[in-house]
Formats: sequence, C-alpha cells, structure tokens
Amino acid sequence: MPKKVVSGNYAAAYAAKHARVEVVAAYPITPQTSIIEKIAEFIANGEVENLQYVPVESEHSAMAACIGASATGARAFTATSAQGLALMHEMLHWAAGARLPIVMVDVNRAMAPPWSVWDDQTDSLAQRDTGWLQFYAENNQEVYDGVLMAFKIAEHEKVNLPVMVVESAFILSHTYDVVDMPEQEEIDEFLPPRKPLYTLTDFENPFSVGALGTPADYYEFRYKIAKAMEEAKKVIKEVGKEYGERFGRDYSQMIELYKTDDAEIVFMGMGSLMGTVKEAVDMLRSEGYKVGAAKVRWFRPFPKEELYELAKNVEGIAVLDRNFSFGQEGILFNEAKGVLYNTDAKPIMKNYIVGLGGRDLTVNDVKTIAKNMREIIQKGKLDREIEWYHLKR
Amino acid sequence: MELPADVKKRLTLPFEEHFYAGHTACQGCGAALGLRYVLKAYGGKAIFTIPACCSTIIAGPWPYTALNAPLFHTAFETTGAVISGIEAALKAKGYKVKGEDGIMVVGWAGDGGTADIGLQALSGFLERGHDALYIMYDNEAYMNTGIQRSSSTPYGAWTTNTPGGKKHFLEQRPKKKVIDIVIAHKPAYAATASVAYPEDFMRKLKKAQTIKGPSFIQLFAPCPTGWRSPTDKSIEIARLAVQTAYFPLFEYENGKYKINMPSPNKEPKPLEEYLKLQGRFKYMTKEDIEILQEWVLKEWEELKKKAELFG
Ligand SMILES: Cc1ncc(C[n+]2csc(CCOP(=O)(O)OP(=O)(O)O)c2C)c(N)n1
Ligand code: SF4
Repeated sequence: MPKKVVSGNYAAAYAAKHARVEVVAAYPITPQTSIIEKIAEFIANGEVENLQYVPVESEHSAMAACIGASATGARAFTATSAQGLALMHEMLHWAAGARLPIVMVDVNRAMAPPWSVWDDQTDSLAQRDTGWLQFYAENNQEVYDGVLMAFKIAEHEKVNLPVMVVESAFILSHTYDVVDMPEQEEIDEFLPPRKPLYTLTDFENPFSVGALGTPADYYEFRYKIAKAMEEAKKVIKEVGKEYGERFGRDYSQMIELYKTDDAEIVFMGMGSLMGTVKEAVDMLRSEGYKVGAAKVRWFRPFPKEELYELAKNVEGIAVLDRNFSFGQEGILFNEAKGVLYNTDAKPIMKNYIVGLGGRDLTVNDVKTIAKNMREIIQKGKLDREIEWYHLKR
Repeated sequence: MELPADVKKRLTLPFEEHFYAGHTACQGCGAALGLRYVLKAYGGKAIFTIPACCSTIIAGPWPYTALNAPLFHTAFETTGAVISGIEAALKAKGYKVKGEDGIMVVGWAGDGGTADIGLQALSGFLERGHDALYIMYDNEAYMNTGIQRSSSTPYGAWTTNTPGGKKHFLEQRPKKKVIDIVIAHKPAYAATASVAYPEDFMRKLKKAQTIKGPSFIQLFAPCPTGWRSPTDKSIEIARLAVQTAYFPLFEYENGKYKINMPSPNKEPKPLEEYLKLQGRFKYMTKEDIEILQEWVLKEWEELKKKAELFG
C-alpha cells in the first residue's frame, strides 16, 4: 500500500482525488486553503480527469454550487473553516433537506472575535442541527480514511445525506505524518461511481426538488431525515468494517474505545486531542490509575447505544470539550449526559472545557484531570460540574 | 395537436405548452406569462433553478409542479451559484450544454433575489463565465413577502415599506440599473425584454441558447397585485413601459449595444400614461412625476448614445 508523508489538508485533498470527485466548489480560508490549492494542482498537473473546479466568490456560494452539482448527479466536494462554515449555514440545511450526499472537510477553527485561526470545535458543532453527519478525525490517516468512507456512507441508498469530516486547525491541517493510501483500483472497488437518488437531467420524468411543503407533508420530510440518520448508524458500522477488511484500519465502532475494559475513569472527547489523551492513559496506567479513553468518532448520528454500553461499567466520565455552548455547557458533555438520563447507567460526569482557540492540552493536563476525577469518585460527589480547565486566575 | 393552417401562419411562437394549467399565480401575473415563454423556447430540455420568490409558489407545492422541466428550488440568494454548479456537473458528466440539442441551464429569479441579496452570486456566475442563462423577472418589488421595495423599485412607488403617508415616505431612490451592472462584467449576452413583446423575448431566449458563456435577460413582468393595477391591463402596462422608454428594449453583445424598439422612430410617450394605470403611483405629486419623467428621458438618451457609440 503506497505511503505518503502529508499534512492533514493534503490527506483530505488526496482522498477527494481518490474518491474521483467530479465537482469541487470552494473558497479559501485559513487553515483550509491548502486543501483546495492541492486539488487545483491535481488539475494543473493533469492528474485528474473530468473534475470541474468552481472558484466561487463566497462559501455560501461554494455550498450552493455543490448543491447544484450534486442535484445534477455529480460527486461534489468542498472544504472550509470557521467563518466560512458559518456563512454556509443556510445551505447546509439545504444540502441535507434536498438529500444530497455532498462531502465537506471542515478544518476546525475558533470563531471570531477575537480573530483566531487556531483549533476549536465550536464552528462544526454549531452546525449540529443541519442534518449533516459529522466525523471527527484524530490524525491525518483518519482525515484520509474519513473522506473516503464519508462518500460511501453519504451515497448509501438508505442515507443520502451530506457528511462533514472534521480535522483540527494546524495540529492536523499543517503537520505532516505518514498516511497509507490504497491503490486507486482498490479504492474504485470500495467506492464505485455514485448512483444518485435523483438527477436534474431526467427530462423524461421532470420533477421539482424542494417545492413548498405544506403542513400536510413537511413533517414527514423531516421524519425521513431522522430515519435516515438512524439508518446511517448501521451503514457507518458496515462501511467502517468493510474499510477495515479491505485496507486494514477498522472503523466499525462509532466510539473508539482505548483501554476501557476495566477502566474506572474514562476520558471522552473528539478529534486530535484524543491522541494526547491516549498517551496520557498509557502513562497513568503505569502509575496505577485505571483509566481509559473513549474517542467519539461520529458526533452525528450520535452513538447513543455505544455510549450507554460504555457508561454501564465505569465510575466516572471526564468529558473534554474543545467547544462551549454559551449559557449551558460543553456540547459533547451536554449530549452525553442527555443520552444517559433515561438509562440506569449513572457514572459521575464532569465537563472540562479545554484548549479553546488553540491552547495546548498536554499529557500533564490530562494527568491533573485524572487526579481531580479520582478525588471526585472517592468523595462520591462532584466539586463542580463544569471546569474551565486552563483559565488564568 | 395539429394546428389549423391559418393559425400556423400567424403564430411564430412554438405552439407546444410546457407550463401546465393549474399553476398558482395571481390573475394577470407577468411572471407566470414569462415563465411560460421560457418553457416554450426550450421545449422542456432545460433545467430550472428558482430561488425564494413568487415563482416558488407559482410552480406549485409538493408533490406538484407546473413546469414540464426538472426544477430545483433553492435559497433566495443562490441562483447564480446553483446554476454554476449545475453547469459544472453537466460538463463533468459529459452532457452537451446549450445549442439546439444541448441542455439549457436556466436561473429564474425575481428582482429582489437578483438586484439585492443575490447580486454577489450573480456577479460570480457572470465573472466565471458559466454556460447558463440567468433571467431576472422584474416586478419591481418583493412580492412574495407582500410588496416591499427592492432596489429595482422606481422612484415614487408605493410599497408596504415605502407607504407614502403624511411624511410622503415613498420610494426615494431611482431604480437600480441591474443590467448596467451585468454589462460591466462583459457577459457573452445581456438583454432586456418584456412580456408585452413575446416574439422579441423568444428571439432573445434563442440567442442565449446559441452563445457561449453566461447570458442575462431582465424581463419586465407586471404584477397586478403589487402594482395595484387591473388584472387585464398587465400587457398594456408592459407595452407602455416600453413605449414611454421607461423600460427600453435592447441587447448587448460583444461590446455592442442594440436598441430593439417596436417603433424605433417614435418619440417616447409621456410617462403619465404609464403611471396612471397603476395604483402604486397614485401618491406621487406633480413634482414627483416630473422627477421620474426626467430620469426616464435622461436614461433613454444615455442608452441611445451608447447604441450610437457602441452600435
Ligand atoms: C435569506 C432570506 N431572507 C428573506 C427571505 C424571505 N423572502 C422570500 S421571497 C422574498 C422576496 C422575493 O422578492 P423578489 O426576488 O423580487 O421576487 P418576487 O417575490 O417579487 O417574485 C423574501 C424577502 C428568504 N426566503 N431568505
Ligand atoms: S403577487 Fe404579483 S408576481 Fe406574485 S404571483 Fe401575484 S401577480 Fe405574480
């Protein structure tokens, strides 16, 4: 299997190329820019055929153009970050509502003001309710694998929904790492050409997409999206398993569990920070802590069942949120607590707000959090529910 | 259906209908008529994109459609971008775009969705040179949300957010000349058209089909509901708009302007004839009418000069 040393962004670009995307419409924004530059290079060097590149005038139009292309039957791809994603918001609803399997890479970047180009998950999590599936990558390999799987899942006849593959600013987007890339023929076998649910080129049976839905029908349209999201869980697991069988990296779990079998305390989080967490787990284990890590790969659909299974057997869950929902709490924490409310699994849960705007989360930080969690479990009582871990006092 | 021989002689518009009965436009709606002509021109081999506007409603609610053509309903400000994406996909997939046997990609948007919120996407579409046609049907206000001013609303017009009243809070700005903004992009083809002159409109639609690059047509489309005019006067009003030079017909191609007036040598009729048929202008004072008349003639002289210089 060919290996390449690439940045997270180049991994995304290679995956789009290997997925044989037909239309790319995109607008530059740091730290996403090198994804679309790389794709332009592929075209310039004659490395791709039949790829139309639309250098649009805004992210809103990037998504609108992808929507037009996808509705015409093409495999469409784009990428963005933060303010760009926020500008797209209206069209994200449109893509999901029109049931278009567009794939987008979002390079997590903190929202302004103050201006920041560094990592933070608030941009993508603010798109939670748009009907997009969301996959959070831990490293460059997962960015690459994530994009390839995303197309297969998005285009599955039971799903037909768009997918966002999320990687973190600079920590992944601009750091280089070895990435395994299967041969093109193997990928073609895994990901055959798209068979669209509908295409606007059907002149024999003309129809309209997105017409006015009266109260007599709108509700059912929403229900169908809800159902497709539920179906997507099965599809994600199947595709993740198939990916493992073909290429050796298994993604059949929506939550990746690391040393949780006998763990009393589990650190839960998403994206690149989980690499640090896993390393801390190893060190803490050697110091006698029974700890593990639960990396939430898929935030939408939310892996409720897997979370419940995990929560049944642990005493405490430290949820690390690189994001915050003002007026409430970290978003992953909020979701995880909500899932467990109607179950009999009741571990102590504490929310650590970490790394906003690119601040580093180190192995030592995770150790400090572990100590804090151990005290809480010993006392059987939370000191406080939400802790802004890095706050300068 | 076979046409009677005498009908065949008179009719130069295609006889086939691709706009179904049962659409939900108001009586006398210029937009509905315009859409019908576009469908006739492209014989059902066009892909339509319609943003939020009256035509969303005219096309009918799910599961119906009044258009015998694939139709994608999209967000208000995205027409230019969506038709760009459709064109790109057709090319990626190897379809023939435009020409007699090719697919026409048509954006059909109101003046609000074009001159205001959609201007950026329109500009992007024109500048990038996509092989598609953007038609702005101009009813000079936001009708779908209940008659609010757009930047294409003329000076002195009543709308629900320029209601007149004691303080004379009528529209105070002249009509934005969207077509001039379009031409500044040097598109392949740009033209004005009117529902009162369907053969001229049809010719322009056919032209757009043959030309490489982006085309734009600004279609004058009276709205009896918003203009407070009798439903049987739409064509007369649209004709007077041309005859008074309020909305002159012309086209732009390869840097050249060409005026296409039905009676080229006649002086424009007085504007008042046009204004008096519409309730939306009834709050205008004598001075208001003079201001608008002056604007119309000034713009008309300018256009004639352009046609002379760049004819
Ligand atoms: C982002 C956004 N803002 C506002 C609206 C509400 N809206 C729907 S149609 C419309 C006016 C349309 O006016 P125009 O484009 O002139 O077409 P007309 O209705 O006159 O045919 C507005 C403001 C919307 N759909 N989307
Ligand atoms: S409000 Fe005007 S533009 Fe809208 S359907 Fe009625 S007549 Fe046509």
